[in-house]
Amino acid sequence: MRRYSAFAVAREAARYHTGWERAWRSPEPKKKYDVIIVGAGGHGLATAFYLGKNFGITNVAILEKGWLGGGNTGRNTTIIRSNYLQDPSAAIYEKARSLYETMSQDLNYNVMFSPRGVLMLAQTEHEVRGYQRTAHANMLQGVETEFVSPQRVKELVPIISLSGPRYPVLGGLWQARGGTGRHDAVAWGYARACSDMGMDIIQQCEVTAVRKEGGKVVGVDTTKGAIDCDKLGIVVAGHSGVLAEMAGFRLPIESVALQALVSEPIKPCMDIVVMANTVHGYMSQSDKGEMVIGGGADGYNNYTQRGSFHHIEETVRALIETFPMISRLKMLRQWGGIVDMTGDRSPILSKTPVENVFINCGWGTGGFKAIPGSGWGMAELMAKGQSSLTEEFGLNRFREGRFVDESVAAGVAH
Amino acid sequence: MSTRLAQGGRRIDRRKSVEFRFNGKRLKGYEGDTLASALLANDQMMVGRSFKYHRPRGIVASGAEEPNALFNTGEGATFEPNQRATTTEIFAGLEAKSQNHWPSLEFDIGAVNAKLSRFLPAGFYYKTFMFPRFAWKHLYEPFIRQSAGLGRAPEAEDRDGDTYEHFYGFFDVVVIGGGVAGLQAAKAAGEAGAKVLVMEQTAQWGGRAAVDGGEVDGAPVADYIAATVAALEAMENVTLRRRMMGAGVYDHGYLLAYERLRDHCPDEAGPRHRLWRIRAGRIVTATGAIERPLSFAGNDIPGVMLASAVRDYIVDYGVSPGDRVVVVTNNDDAYRTAIAVKEAGLSVPVIVDARVGGGGALADQARALGIRVETGKGIAKVHGTKRVEGVAICAQAGEGAVLDEVGCDVVAMSGGWSPVVHLWSHCGGKLNWDEAQACFRPDGNRPPTDQDGEGFVLPAGAANGELGLGAGLTDADAAGKRAADETGHKPGRGKAPVAADVDEAALEPVWLMPQGAGAKLRMKAWLDYQNDVKVSDVQLAAREGYESVEHTKRYTTLGMATDQGKLSNINGLAILSDALGQPIPQTGTTTFRPPYTPISMGAIAGEARAEIFQPLRRTPMHDWHEANGAHWEPVGQWRRPYCYPKTGESHAAAVAREVMATRESLGLLDASTLGKLIVKGPDAGRFLDMLYTNMMSTLKPGKCRYGLMCSENGFLIDDGVVARLDDDTFLCHTTTGGAERIHAHMEEWLQTEWWDWKVYVANVTEQYAQIAVVGPNARKVLEKLSEDDLSAEGFPFMAWKDVTLNRIKTRVYRISFSGELSYEISVPASEGRALWNMLLEAGDEYGATPYGTEALHVMRAEKGFIMIGDETDGTVIPQDLGLHWAISKKKEDFLGKRAQERSHMTDPKRWKLVGLETVDGSVIPDGAYAVADGTNANGQRNVQGRVTSTYFSPTLGRGIAMGLVLNGPDRMGEVISFPGTDGKTYDAKIVDPVFYDKDGEKQNV
Repeated sequence: MRRYSAFAVAREAARYHTGWERAWRSPEPKKKYDVIIVGAGGHGLATAFYLGKNFGITNVAILEKGWLGGGNTGRNTTIIRSNYLQDPSAAIYEKARSLYETMSQDLNYNVMFSPRGVLMLAQTEHEVRGYQRTAHANMLQGVETEFVSPQRVKELVPIISLSGPRYPVLGGLWQARGGTGRHDAVAWGYARACSDMGMDIIQQCEVTAVRKEGGKVVGVDTTKGAIDCDKLGIVVAGHSGVLAEMAGFRLPIESVALQALVSEPIKPCMDIVVMANTVHGYMSQSDKGEMVIGGGADGYNNYTQRGSFHHIEETVRALIETFPMISRLKMLRQWGGIVDMTGDRSPILSKTPVENVFINCGWGTGGFKAIPGSGWGMAELMAKGQSSLTEEFGLNRFREGRFVDESVAAGVAH
Repeated sequence: MSTRLAQGGRRIDRRKSVEFRFNGKRLKGYEGDTLASALLANDQMMVGRSFKYHRPRGIVASGAEEPNALFNTGEGATFEPNQRATTTEIFAGLEAKSQNHWPSLEFDIGAVNAKLSRFLPAGFYYKTFMFPRFAWKHLYEPFIRQSAGLGRAPEAEDRDGDTYEHFYGFFDVVVIGGGVAGLQAAKAAGEAGAKVLVMEQTAQWGGRAAVDGGEVDGAPVADYIAATVAALEAMENVTLRRRMMGAGVYDHGYLLAYERLRDHCPDEAGPRHRLWRIRAGRIVTATGAIERPLSFAGNDIPGVMLASAVRDYIVDYGVSPGDRVVVVTNNDDAYRTAIAVKEAGLSVPVIVDARVGGGGALADQARALGIRVETGKGIAKVHGTKRVEGVAICAQAGEGAVLDEVGCDVVAMSGGWSPVVHLWSHCGGKLNWDEAQACFRPDGNRPPTDQDGEGFVLPAGAANGELGLGAGLTDADAAGKRAADETGHKPGRGKAPVAADVDEAALEPVWLMPQGAGAKLRMKAWLDYQNDVKVSDVQLAAREGYESVEHTKRYTTLGMATDQGKLSNINGLAILSDALGQPIPQTGTTTFRPPYTPISMGAIAGEARAEIFQPLRRTPMHDWHEANGAHWEPVGQWRRPYCYPKTGESHAAAVAREVMATRESLGLLDASTLGKLIVKGPDAGRFLDMLYTNMMSTLKPGKCRYGLMCSENGFLIDDGVVARLDDDTFLCHTTTGGAERIHAHMEEWLQTEWWDWKVYVANVTEQYAQIAVVGPNARKVLEKLSEDDLSAEGFPFMAWKDVTLNRIKTRVYRISFSGELSYEISVPASEGRALWNMLLEAGDEYGATPYGTEALHVMRAEKGFIMIGDETDGTVIPQDLGLHWAISKKKEDFLGKRAQERSHMTDPKRWKLVGLETVDGSVIPDGAYAVADGTNANGQRNVQGRVTSTYFSPTLGRGIAMGLVLNGPDRMGEVISFPGTDGKTYDAKIVDPVFYDKDGEKQNV
């Protein structure tokens, strides 16, 4: 792999950029791999990357039904934070956040991780107490957050209206080291690194069946033929239930469409990410200048990657209430992604009833921020059979009632 | 130069001159002008700077597809960035400023990027800016952010001075687009009797047909338009709306439309925009087609325009974009522009036709006018920087060797037409590739489908790929009739109007000009003008493996600008297909997403803003609270008094005063927001037995019982007192926040699981006002007002009774959430305020003190009562809270029972409720955790409990708290440590959670 650098760009400029090589190879599948990962989104690619990097397992294929990074990795609002309440969540999200800090250098691909800070507004007394609890939990979890005053909120984000009138801002939970990243670049950067390690990323390759022998996985059938493997990782947010059914087990998952939108681009006016959970909306400004806005998930189950409009109305109302100056901006584009939701709003990273089949799903509305941590833990789970990062996220927790409930802390999509 | 012609201009009224300002200059236009036509009339061809390279940008188009001419307009309350000049009608006093440059449009420092463009190809930022690590945040990103963006951001304190509104519409047939196709479709559907809405995004009916001319049924097309509009206006079942755009098509025939009511006349009263949410039986998309640019070097220089736009400006606005117009084309339609230019008395030095065979009848007409036509030729390069100065002509088949140089100030280009398929595609309509016209057009066999699996969108006219006038009218007439038929109306027998289409020679796709253009030319051949994406960028993306059309889009930002690729997408994916060596349909398109063009956030929000952002729920006593200095706390959509501070009194002092007054004498609480659900029917008791953990069916009429409700996962979700009103009627109190949630919870179970049980649930929360009369003197006050027996024996704790208080009929519950003697008095909401006044007056001798939510919280915590949302958070089961007594052992089943038997729920290591007393009397911070030794496998500090409620107790004069602690009930007296985020550590002793009146003597008196 030729390294990317300003020097490389200058060198290529001399020959009109005709010398750049492919960022990732596009090979035909081999007969057999040690590990097959189904799903070349951020989580699948990160899993493959850390299998190679941390465990030396590089005979890996990553199969993708469509184009890599084309699911929720390429449709989210790019927020990265780790100010979660429960210990297992804080552990995996903080691992992810810290890996994001060096990802551009680790992958030699600029993923534009921008630690501009994430602020969650407290607009009721109940929310104040909730975030104070999170701040206390984070302090003991090694996650740097603080509860800040309304005055500090205004300093951090001058376009905010503190005074309501319906829900005055009473403070906020501030994570200075949270921020955003360039979502597509995360997938592309991992893909390039995986390909460089000799892994095969096979796009336009849909898995049609999971083959088992004696309760153990032996391979998959795909639209590009049968491929054997020793271990199988299913990392296909949104369609996890479909793959699980092929493998012969069921998941406690519902798939719903989550809505997002962007405004037309304007000059910089908002440096940080703000989430307003009482009124249900969140916003940041991309480097291109668009206000990136997220809101709620549709109230019905659905596999279409488009949404309804009423959530957009609610979200925009909430954000005009919070940032009145956006009223005369215009919505450029709305879109939807399919998120798979578990009962406790926490992910599943787990062994399954089928030996050597592992599943990573259920990230709900918050998967992008977890990508590197998820891949790190999943790789460890697949390589060693266990991982402290994934320990509490097993499938059996639903049977035992051992939930990791994050809806406690944030009732809104993120 | 561009200027106003002496004659012509269908859309303008030369008698009405309009003054406006551009970059501070005072300019003149006419009524009917768009900002774009008015600027061109004033020789303002260059209007902005591009996004990435800050290249000079001119007006390219005449409609919604314009990528360049975007302006900041207005100031303060009317300021708005990124206003598209081609769709902005001018009005007196309009103030427009160009964007994305510093210090000025003419001299822009950012234009240095253009000099460096060779070093800044698509995606260069993914390959650079990585070292040193901190520099991204502190150096590179701020710089990129500053040079990106387009319009100025509104000021932080700017407030929108306009209002917006929402409409709902229900129509059999909605026709989107008021060109000839839309008008004909609407007429066909209207004549069949269907209820029809037809909308047009511009201010004028008829679309482009009148510009192109032609005859319909033997009369000029303009006459046909006027007659058809008149016919539609005469139909009672047809609604016509101009300045209204079909913004998005959603599932189930849901259509979003955006009406701009006051953008062109901001001084008139009324809402600025109106958002229509429409349910349509059938949607006819008569949205026309958009001309494609051609890709040649320098095609972004101001003065290079779409051929159709040049024609529009001349015919519609009487504006000449330039004196010498070179036309470059791969089809016959652009010859119309050459003819229009010539007929306006301007010069056409040459028509460059990429087709070796040249054009048909229109070409002959052009030649007859003396215009030089070069076939098989292309443009090698456009000369000029801020304005076109000339073109170099080459063979289209070659690599760009210059054959001739021609001076000109406008290049009118046409690469063919693309039907506007956005609305067809929003909800899943599929497309076919039309080889002959080189465009995607709707595939009638794969329409978006409605709830019945039927196609509900019908494309018509040019939007359906029928580009000729005659063919378009025929198609639209059929679409209108079909839409009427499919919504249950019998189409009329009227024939489609007849128009002869000019015999045109076939278009030849030209995706790059010249065909063999080298790297140097490809780096100057623009695809996306706003985002600065060039042919070379798309080829680079393909070379690097970004082969999916979505990858290419995202890697290069092609089509991601404010025009969403209306001009660039098809050209871009043709280049990509060529680079990949695959046919265009295999490459496919990116996803079409709503809205068609950007719509204002204000319109999306509608009327709901500020005070009415959400419904404000008021109790009957709301105004009294307001008048008496309540400090409000939002609780859901209610506002509840947090406390009633007197002048100069702090909130903490007010809370302490309210608590002490209540404990010592008499307090009054407006408890009207508590949820009240009537559950009625022969199976009501059985139903409540399933919903609550304890037994409700055995409750006697006249009695109350405290109950707990769990989710099917076993977690405590709500609590409250249930009163049995009669044999088959219960009144269930819920928490304030729980009323709607629990009502929905009950309905869900009734409707999905126990649909055959005879039970009804009604939410009567707002129908009753409820006042808690609390304190040792509570009974005395009521006895003053009533002759009923209110004695301890006649009206014991946990009973309810109908009581007449000074002629007001009330229902009184003897329940307590404070630990004091307490009556909760319920009256119809209309009597609430009278009762409140009466109680205040009667209680005056006891110093009756209204108290707020915080005093309520403090008193319940002193008494060790749990609060949903404090002691519970969705992870707590009743057993954790020592509420075993409220969980029936006798019942076979209740919601949550099975879940509570799971291994983790019965784990003895679950944290349990205890009281906490700080060693030094201080108040533990909200949300603090009790630490244990060591760390877990992920390096996190081990914990053994947490605070759930913590207050300063005025009664005890010290900090008290409740918390969940590992083995808590077995560790009474042990001291554990709570580190605070304030840096201090709070040591607290584990104690019984009941701090006050442990034996309940006070509430039971």
